[in-house]
Amino acid sequence: MQIGRAVGTVVATQKHAKLEGAKLLLVQPTDPDGTDRGVPLLTIDSVGAGVGERVLIVVEGRAAGEALRRKAAPVDAAIIGIIDAVTMAEAAGAPVAARGTHTR
Amino acid sequence: MHLARVVGDVVATIKDPELHGHRLLVLQPILPDASPVGRRLVAVDATGAGVGEHVFFVRGREASFPFLPAAPPVDACVVGIVDAWHVDDDARSGPPRS
Repeated sequence: MQIGRAVGTVVATQKHAKLEGAKLLLVQPTDPDGTDRGVPLLTIDSVGAGVGERVLIVVEGRAAGEALRRKAAPVDAAIIGIIDAVTMAEAAGAPVAARGTHTR
Repeated sequence: MHLARVVGDVVATIKDPELHGHRLLVLQPILPDASPVGRRLVAVDATGAGVGEHVFFVRGREASFPFLPAAPPVDACVVGIVDAWHVDDDARSGPPRS
């Protein structure tokens, strides 16, 4: 799983039948400290996350399909949690701030 | 999944039998500000998308799921046509006005 930040919403009326009703969110993957890593992904939101929240994502097909609760759905990324806080061991640096304290 | 713009299509007369009847599109992956990112790729189409449209596509084994019970040998598939998207910074929203 990876940590990311929900950065946007996507509207797509015409999509595969297995995706009907699914909420689509753009997620910018980040390091645990909130630093952007790589390019934003389009994910299925199964937990009710909103733009600006830190989220836990799976970037693998089977897990994403299970998050959507639909068998054989053509998805490869899903939000499976809204992160309240990430705490790193001191050896890796100072404790990382909680949700909402990271801003762009 | 990723956002992309359809920039072309591919015609291949001789191909895996499981691919017969499926359209092949050339996709340019894009960032939320609609700028291109990464290499162009070919994806099979499950939505009826056409050149110039913004779409999203799935990669990997799941790319063949729209065609079940057939299992075409594909690794990328367009599964949605994007009407609009919005990011928290307006400057990065798209698609760009034409």
